[in-house]
Amino acid sequence: MIVIKHLVKQFGSLRAVDDVSLTVGRGKVTVIIGPSGSGKSTVLRCINHLETPTSGEIWVDGIHLTHDAKNINAVRAEVGMVFQQFNLFPHLTVLENVTLAQRVVRKRSEAEAREIAMQQLTRVGIPEKANAYPSQLSGGQQQRVAIARALAMNPKIMLFDEPTSALDPEMIKEVLDVMLELARSGMTMVVVTHEMGFARNAADEIVFMDRGRIVEQNTPEEFFTNPREERARAFLNQILR
Amino acid sequence: MSLTTGPQQSAAIPLDPTADRSAQGRFVDRMSQWPWWLLIIVFFGVLIVWNAMTSELYSAIFSRLLLGIGVTIFTTLVAYSLAIIIGLIAGLGRVSQNPIIFNIATLYVQVIRGVPILVQLLVIAFVIVPIVIDGINLLGSALAPILGGDNFLTRTKPQDVPFLTRSIIALAIAYGGFQAETFRAGIQSISKGQMEAARSLGMSYLQAMRYIILPQAIRRVLPPLGNDFIAMLKDSSLVSVLGVRDITQEARLYASASFRFLETYTSLAFLYLTMTIVLSLGVKWLENRLNSEGRAQG
Ligand SMILES: Nc1ncnc2c1ncn2[C@@H]1O[C@H](COP(=O)(O)OP(=O)(O)OP(=O)(O)O)[C@@H](O)[C@H]1O
Ligand SMILES: [Mg+2]
Repeated sequence: MIVIKHLVKQFGSLRAVDDVSLTVGRGKVTVIIGPSGSGKSTVLRCINHLETPTSGEIWVDGIHLTHDAKNINAVRAEVGMVFQQFNLFPHLTVLENVTLAQRVVRKRSEAEAREIAMQQLTRVGIPEKANAYPSQLSGGQQQRVAIARALAMNPKIMLFDEPTSALDPEMIKEVLDVMLELARSGMTMVVVTHEMGFARNAADEIVFMDRGRIVEQNTPEEFFTNPREERARAFLNQILR
Repeated sequence: MSLTTGPQQSAAIPLDPTADRSAQGRFVDRMSQWPWWLLIIVFFGVLIVWNAMTSELYSAIFSRLLLGIGVTIFTTLVAYSLAIIIGLIAGLGRVSQNPIIFNIATLYVQVIRGVPILVQLLVIAFVIVPIVIDGINLLGSALAPILGGDNFLTRTKPQDVPFLTRSIIALAIAYGGFQAETFRAGIQSISKGQMEAARSLGMSYLQAMRYIILPQAIRRVLPPLGNDFIAMLKDSSLVSVLGVRDITQEARLYASASFRFLETYTSLAFLYLTMTIVLSLGVKWLENRLNSEGRAQG
């Protein structure tokens, strides 16, 4: 579970995240939405310390995130992240993509890593691509490999930063289906997305951000039918139009 | 500094469906595609080799030059290997977030780039190597109570270091500076997302470098590194100013004794040219191979 208290992230004079506090319970799915530049990615990236917070505190599964490299690596191994641009390793096959971190971080044997990799590739529906290179896959397949790569580390939490935004429309569903299955299996997830259907179906809580702040935090039913905040209403009108 | 093999001859010309040219036009096309420059070099090469075999003077010159070929090749290979190691370490320093490491690496690269390589050779051979050896000797005498007066630290004196060794050290340090920038550019050409993905999987910075960034970066910089090897072969001729008997030094000695400057130096130039052309064809081949591999892997 994740606890964020008074998180601030400053880029020069720009306050990308401005006093955000948020708790994500075990097994819960939180979807963050909001206009471009509102600080959604930055919050996500602070959770696994890809960005160093300017101030505020973050606990991930009871571990306090400090500048201590040991803590950071401990947290990162427990937190999987999926990026908009997939970021598969192009010089490695799909199987190597999924086994590498298991071997060098988790210190698993080659055979064990391979077995877990094949389980996860089967879970995301593309075990037959194990020996392909990323460039030989479609975007949707690449993103599913990226999800399998993160899951193979047995993370306690998964972070998704607009995982379907770089995909052609016909591939979005195959990725969302994998995410939906993951949510149902009880994974703790924080998802930044513009896919309102997914938010409605999978989220336990919707967090609406604007200009670095959390403007509204609500259940999906309430949020989509009866948003409390004017800005959230305006955003929904725009996106659901 | 790289020699290119000119426009590639490919099957694309005759296969081009829009090419509706006369046979004569195609002939002219094909003739202009030929690497004529290579033919001319080969022609002169044959001439010189023929000379070397038939003329007593040329065969004397060549057998003299070949005395130095071992030194030239040895110097190039060893200095280049050391330069790769130095360059890789300094290149990693140039992309380091640690300000101390970054500044040391940058200082090194800037100094190397700002001083002519011949001057570097002189400074390293006559100033830096003696100072370092003196320093080691001094350390040895300071440790005399523990190690004894005549220990491994005091035994080597500056004059014991051969000029071949000094030349190799100097060339390695000089080229390490250039290669540091090659490695830096290679590392920085890999998208930031690669490092982030590796880190988010729990890899340390060094693990991410080793398994993710460097394998991609090195593949990208292989052609420039190959060109550096060719440049190193040519610059190894500078060691002759230190009296190291590579092919250039042998040529100088022979020419000044026989006054056959034209024949000697032409042969010398031809010898370098032969080696560099062969190597540059090798680099070209490597480039093509990497390109076709790159297409398979994206
Ligand atoms: N490394 C950085 N350096 C400087 N400014 C940055 C950096 N990263 C993000 N920002 C700025 O911080 C603000 C918040 O960025 P962030 O990426 O978190 O927004 P976002 O809500 O994810 O937007 P989007 O929907 O476009 O992805 C933006 O104005 C962005 O330009
Ligand atoms: Mg974003």
